[in-house]
Formats: sequence, C-alpha cells, structure tokens
Amino acid sequence: MTLFYALIALGTLALIFGLILGFAAVRYRVQSNPIVEQIDTILPQTQCGQCGYPGCRPYAEAIANGDEINKCPPGGDATVKKLADLMGVEAKPLAGGEQAEPIKTVAYIREDECIGCTKCIQACPVDAIVGATRQMHTVLIDECTGCDLCVEPCPVDCIDMLPVETTKQTWKWQLDAIPVTQID
Amino acid sequence: MEKLIAQIKQGKVWPFPGGIHPPGQKTISNSQAIARLPLPDKLVVPLKQHIGANGQLIVEKGQQVLKGQALTKPVANWSVPIHAPTSGTITDICQMPSAHPSALPELCVIIEPDGQDSWCALAPVTTPSQLSHEQLIDIIHDRGIAGMGGAGFPTYIKADSRKAIEYFIVNAVECEPYITADDVLMREHAAGIIAGIEIMQQLLTPTLTIVGIEDNKPEAIAAMQAAAEYNDKIIIQTVPTVYPSGGEKQLIKLLTNKEVPSGGIPADIGVLVQNVGTLFAVHQAVYEGKPLIERVITVTGNTIHNPGNVWALLGTEIKHLLDCQGFSPVPQQRVVMGGPMMGFTLPTVRIGVVKTTNCILAPDHDELAEPGPEKACIRCSACADACPASLLPQQLQWFAKSKEYDKLKEHNLFDCIECGACAYVCPSEIPLVQYYRVAKVEIKEQQAEQVKAERAKERFELRKQRLEREQEARQNRHKRKPAAEKSADEKQKIADALARVKNKPAKDDDKSAVAAAIARAKAKKQNQEATLEPDNSDVALERAARKEQARKYKEQKAASNTAADPDDKKSAVAAAIARAKAKKAAASEDESDNTTAAPTDDKKAAVAAAIARAKAKKAAQAASVEKDNSESEVATASPADDKKAAVAAAIARAKAKKAAQAEPATSVENDNSESEVTTASPADNKKAAVAAAIARAKAKKAAQAASVENDNSESEVATASPADDKKAAVAAAIARAKAKKAAQAASVENDNSESEITTALPADDKKAAVAAAIARAKAKKAAKAEQAASVENDDAENETSATAINEAEIAEDKPEQTAQDKKKAAVAAAIARAKAKKLQQEGSDK
Repeated sequence: MTLFYALIALGTLALIFGLILGFAAVRYRVQSNPIVEQIDTILPQTQCGQCGYPGCRPYAEAIANGDEINKCPPGGDATVKKLADLMGVEAKPLAGGEQAEPIKTVAYIREDECIGCTKCIQACPVDAIVGATRQMHTVLIDECTGCDLCVEPCPVDCIDMLPVETTKQTWKWQLDAIPVTQID
Repeated sequence: MEKLIAQIKQGKVWPFPGGIHPPGQKTISNSQAIARLPLPDKLVVPLKQHIGANGQLIVEKGQQVLKGQALTKPVANWSVPIHAPTSGTITDICQMPSAHPSALPELCVIIEPDGQDSWCALAPVTTPSQLSHEQLIDIIHDRGIAGMGGAGFPTYIKADSRKAIEYFIVNAVECEPYITADDVLMREHAAGIIAGIEIMQQLLTPTLTIVGIEDNKPEAIAAMQAAAEYNDKIIIQTVPTVYPSGGEKQLIKLLTNKEVPSGGIPADIGVLVQNVGTLFAVHQAVYEGKPLIERVITVTGNTIHNPGNVWALLGTEIKHLLDCQGFSPVPQQRVVMGGPMMGFTLPTVRIGVVKTTNCILAPDHDELAEPGPEKACIRCSACADACPASLLPQQLQWFAKSKEYDKLKEHNLFDCIECGACAYVCPSEIPLVQYYRVAKVEIKEQQAEQVKAERAKERFELRKQRLEREQEARQNRHKRKPAAEKSADEKQKIADALARVKNKPAKDDDKSAVAAAIARAKAKKQNQEATLEPDNSDVALERAARKEQARKYKEQKAASNTAADPDDKKSAVAAAIARAKAKKAAASEDESDNTTAAPTDDKKAAVAAAIARAKAKKAAQAASVEKDNSESEVATASPADDKKAAVAAAIARAKAKKAAQAEPATSVENDNSESEVTTASPADNKKAAVAAAIARAKAKKAAQAASVENDNSESEVATASPADDKKAAVAAAIARAKAKKAAQAASVENDNSESEITTALPADDKKAAVAAAIARAKAKKAAKAEQAASVENDDAENETSATAINEAEIAEDKPEQTAQDKKKAAVAAAIARAKAKKLQQEGSDK
C-alpha cells in the first residue's frame, strides 16, 4: 500500500512539474536566431554568385548544410574568419586563390557607349541600374554591390568595374609605410 | 545645483584624469599684435570647411565676386555656406588638395583678388536683442559660421539646441603647445567675444556661462575679466595648464564636474561648448554683418623668422602665410597644420586655409623630431596614466594591431579624443593614435558596409519578389478566363452599349435606307453571277426610291460632317466583297441553294432572324452536328423568293459550315463580323430587326466565347455599320484586327480601351479609317506583347500599309488551313486582298 501511495505521490509530482515545464517552455520561448540568418548577416550581400549559389542567402543555407566557408571572394578573409568562428571550424584560405583583401569596386557605365539594351538591368541583382529601352543606363553607385554580374551581358562592353574612390571619411593612415631613415 | 554653481563661482575646478605637460612654446608667437597680410595672388576656397554637407555652388567660373559674397548656398542639413574672402574674379572651380592629412582633392573655388577688397552690401544689426531666435539663427547660418576650435561643427545647429542648456562653456583654454591664436584674439577683441557670448546667451538662455582660460594666459584672462565685468552671468574661470584641458569633454569635467556619457554629446547633460574664435565670428556676423571669411592663425616654429599671429583670409595658401612671416626651410622641412600634438603634416603648402585652421607650425628638426622607429610595447602603462579619457591605450593598441574590432568597441575606442597624450609619453615611440585612427575608420567602414549589405539584401529580396510576381502575372494572363475577370461594372457598360446599338438602327430609317442601297448593289452583282435568273423589275423601283433616301441621308450627314462624302469606289469594293462571299456560299453548298428560294419581302426579316438564331445556336454549341440542323432550319424557314434574302441565307449557311470546320475561334469571329456586314445590308425596313437579332445572337455567343469584349465591340461595330458601306468596311477591318489581337491574348486593359474606341466609332469614314489604323497598330502590338513599351504609335502607323498586307496574308492563310475546297480559299483571299487594298487606299487618302 505504501508503495502505491509513493507511486501516486511521485506520479502527481512528475505531472505537476511536467506541466510547469511545458508551460514555461511555451511561455518563455527564446527566439534564437537560426544559423542561416546568422551566416547570412556575415556574408557581404553582394549577391554576386561567385560562390556558385544564386545569391548570399542560398550560400548561407549551403554553409548551414555543411558547404565550405571559403567560397566568398567579395567577403575576403575577414568573412571566412567570422564564418569559421560562427561555425566552429578551421578558417581556410579563400578558394580559387583569390586575393585576401578584395578591392571594393562599383560598376560604371560609359554612358555615351550605352545602347540601351536593358540587359544589365536584368542582370543586376539589387536593381542598382536605372534606364529604359533605347535610353542610356546608369548605375546607382550607392546601391551597387560590385558583383560584376552586369559586365558579362553587356553587348557593347561599356561597363567598367572601377575601384571605390577613397574619400576623406574612408581614408586611412598608411601604417605599414616603410619609415625613411638616414644612415650616417 | 545651487551648490555646484556656488562652487563654480568660487573658482573651483575638477581636474580630469591623466593629462600631460608638454613645453608650451607659446611665448614665441604671443608677444605681437595680430598682423594683417598683404592680399595673396590667389585664394583657394574649399566648398567644404566644416562637418556636414557641401553647400550648392551659386557662382560660376569667370564671375566677378565682391568681398563677403556668398559662393554657395546651404541645401541639405548641416550645410554651411562659404563666402568670397575678397573681391576678385573666379578663375576656376576645380578639385584641389584639401586641408586634410590625405590631401585628397576637393572642390574649391579659386579667386584671383582684384586688389580692391570691396565689400558687398552688409546688413549689420545694432541691437540683436530685438531679433527673434530664428532671425539670429539665420544670421549665424547665412554668415557661414562653423566651429573654429578644430572640428568645424556648424554653429547654427549648436545654437539652435533643442535641449535645455544649463551651462554655456566658452573654450578659451588653447592647451596645445605653440598655438596662441585664441590668446591674442582675447587680448585684442575681448569686448567682441563677450558680445558674441551674449548673443549665444540670448539664444541658449543658460544658467551660467563659464569661460575657461588656462593660467598661462594672464593677459587674456585680464582682458576678458575686464570686458565681462558688467555681466554677472559670465564667469572667467582660470584652469591649470595641462594638456588636453581644451578637449571638450575634459573642459566640461574640469569646469562643471560633469561627464559626457560615452557616445553622447554635451547637450545631453545640459552643457554646450563654443570656441572663443567662433564667438568672435558670431559677433562679427551679427553686429557688423560680416560673414566668416578670415580668422586668426598662429604662424610659428623655428624656421619662421617672424613668428606671430595673422589675420588670414580663408583660402590663403599656406605658402603665402609662411612667405609673409619669413620662412627659411630646412632639408626635409615639415609644415604642420594645427598643433604639434593633434595637427598633421601637410603634403603640400599649396593648400588653402580653412575655417578650422588655427596654427601653421614649421618646426626644424630639433624642436619636432621625426618619430623614431616603433619599438615593442614594454607594458609600462604610462599611456594609461596619461589618457584623459581613462582608456587603456595599450590594450587598444593590441586589439588595433590584430584587428579585433569588437574588442576595440568593448574597450570604448570611440571615446578616444585622439589627443596624442599616450603617444607623447610612450617610451617605445609607438604611434598609438595612428593605430586608433585607422581602427576607427575601419570600424566605421565596416558599419557602413553592414548597413549597405542590409540594404543590398533588402533590395535583392524585393527584386526576387518582384520577379516572382511578374512570373505569376504572366502565367495568369495565359490561364485566365476573361469573362470571370471582367467586373460587373464593365459588363454593364457593354450591355448598355449593346442596347444603344440595337435601338439605333430600329429608329433610324435613313440609315437602313443606306444599307438598303448597299444591299441593292450587291444584289445587282449577284444578278450577274448567280445561276438563278432574277426578276428585278419591281425591286429595281424600290431600289431607286431607297437610293434617293440614301442620298438624302448622306447629304444630311455631309452637312453635319464635312468629312463624310459618298465614295462610290469604296461601296463598290464592299459590293465586291459581298459578291465574292455570295459566290463562295453558292459554291460550297448545293442544297442550301435549293432551299433559299425566299418567297416574299415581308418574310425576309424572318429569314434574317432565323439566320441570326442559327448563328447563335451554332456559336453556343459549336458542333458540326448542329450545322445540319441550322441549315435545315434555314431551309424550312425561308419561304421568300427574293434573291437578296437567298443570298443572305446562303452566306449564313456558308458561314455556319465554315465556323463548324474552323477550329480557332478567331476565324469564326472574323467571318461573323464579315457576315454581319453583308447580312446587314439587305435593304428593308425590317433590317433593324434583323440587326437586332444578330446582335442578340452575338451577345449570346459573346457570353460563351473566350473574349467577351472583343465580340461585343465587333457586334457593335457590325450592327452600327449600316450607316454607310464605307464605314462598314472599315469596321470590318477593325473587327478583324480585333479578332487577331484577341487570339493573341492581349491584356484586359488594352481590350477595354479598344472596345471603347470601337463603340465610339466616328460617323465619318476618315475617322473610321484612323480607327482602323489604330486597331491594326494594336493588333500588331498585341502580337509583340512583351515588348509593348517599345512599340510606339508612330511606328505602328508608319507600318500601316505593311500591316494591311500582312493581314491579307493571314486572311489568306486561314481559309487555306480550314477550307475544304480551294475555291473558297481563293474567294477569301480575294476578299482579304480587296480589303487590304481599300485600307491602303484609305491610308493614302488620309
């Protein structure tokens, strides 16, 4: 009989705690950022497709599913490092022997050569090119991610990728300049 | 707070942590009065001399400007205008090296002085106390005043502070070695500075104004005390000489014992700081109306023969300043803009003075040695002791070197004021500040990139959504059932239009008379070709009467519309079409010929009605089985022996057959529209009834057919057409074009607009021709569908004749595909050709 009571008591307690825990699990659920979101925020969002996926988000999903983290040339080593930290894997050099510090570029349309074919507009992943059929096109520099995708479709090759100009706000002191010293 | 004010009034100061005591070197330059320089050969005035946006240029190359004339006008937030420092000619507006360590080129206005130095009209204010807050702010803004202490913050923004200001602090500390510009300015213009302070007091209404002056400037303190004696709200506070007590946050701590929160601004704690130079400029702007075009600059250093302070026009090249003060450069001469602690070495001396330039230092190698090579950090922590912001410079340095930007942020890198105290005390000669500066730019860049990436992501997502939407829309366009998509409103409109059209021929006898004339012409042709021998004598009389009527009507019409004149040629063409059809009908069905012996005129209407019914039925069921029924119906219901009726019946039958054979709905529609033109033509008073019947049939069919609008518009066109044969022909052309287009599934809107065009079909043939051209153009456009935007009306109109030929060809093709005998095809081709020809003629007539 004692055994019976003990079982009932324990069972009741288990039920009560279970209910409390179940309620707490629902009530105080923490919305954790899914890993894909976190990876996506690290990626540079150029949507260039150089990783082999049609945009940064698909690559983020691929990484979450176990793809290599070193396929993002626009992000450079910094991105690889961050991804390595996030995913808990070893940081690797960029695939394809890309340079570690990518030079930021933006597309520039030589406007007098543009024939207004709209091909680059269709190619631009972020709608950073404006123009109309048989009208000159131009690039919104501020929106351009430098993904190169518009260069290929241009039938008259009037799109150049130019490095982003340094302004006073982005200028940096040259720290690694070799100091000039006079040896007597 | 009362206690705090009392303490401040007692002269208490609260030292900030850290600080260094570099040799002052101020006596080199502070002994002489401020000198005036001869006008330079040219002035290089950068558009941007402050924090914020450029103003908008309002002058152009070659323009003559007067001293004080505005060169830019403020546009965006935080933009401050610049003014011509002297009168002269603008020789160029171009990119010139800027007063920045990078010397990155910047847009500058280059003025060649004319030597007159003649002012533009100034608007001095003698009693600023009478001006409103806004007026004063506008004066400060328009006179281009920006902070002259170093950062160049637009003064009008500070003066218009939203937050309540408790303490207004005047920064006259000038803690950096060598610089004496503020010192001598206070000695010479203390009254002006106090007047400037009072203007700011008026704007900000602070509880207390504290002027902080370092104790190494006794003359300045005395001058200021004398000038401010009458105003008990101004306290001249002497502070100990320690670098960097002139830093904004350090000075606030020193004078009020308050600390600006990290990442905040002084206004957050009810404090506002202005430089004495700025206040003097405010005084000049208000009392004398002078914009900020010159400032006091200390030109000093061992290589300067005559070190001292000068009034330099903004835009004066550094070279001119140096030359005027006597300059004998040493090998590898450095010229520093600003002081030795926070200034930077200029890459060239061909740079113009800006609003924030307070000192030009040209030291020799003894007084300011080139920094030696960087050695390893020995963790002596001297930098931490010297840091006025209580940071850990050594830690920051490690993190900066390893690019651990998150750690840098955690260690409050952005609270670093870049005073250089740490680097000054560093025994290893590590350029600490340089590391911080680079790290700051990197972090800001990363943040900007993060923002940009977010935006790119957003734009990418939006684009993806848009593409999906477009794809969906395209699929829907192919799938959709227009009947279902049509709104009740549109349906109502169509029904109304239909009703109108139905009523019209019934009321208008004249019109039907005209139609009668057409029918007559057809019948005549029929007489010549038909196998049955006609008995025309009494019909001819009738015809003559109707001809008369038709003529009358046409005259009436011509009176109301000049463009509408009878065109025999066209009617002949229409007749030819009718003839061709009749022939075709005769050839296609033998049994129908037998049954079409229509007995009386009166029963013609009945026959026509029967035809219409047959059509309606046929359309509804669209089966070859029904064809026979309808034919038999026609046969039994047609007792009239009038040839005309027979012809009409034959046509109808032929059509029925063809329709049954023809698979694509378009050809059916084409034929129907044509048949309407023809069947509507028999002259009779009851024709109206016939037309109504046809219209009804059409309406029924339309309800079932795929493209409601098109059919309706066609029926409208067709039933309205008896007015004159020319118009009818034109309408037929339009209808064809429509049918074609409908087959190609143009967008709903296009259809609607076209049906509107059709219902609004004008009375005169010229207009009709135009409408036809439009219809054709539309048909073509629909064919192109995707490239809709690029096709312009002009193009379409230019190609009208070509289109007509195309249509003719298409018309030829269709019967060939569907017809069983070649004759029929040939006939249809002939019709199409005739039509195309007519259209061409119309086009050329036009």
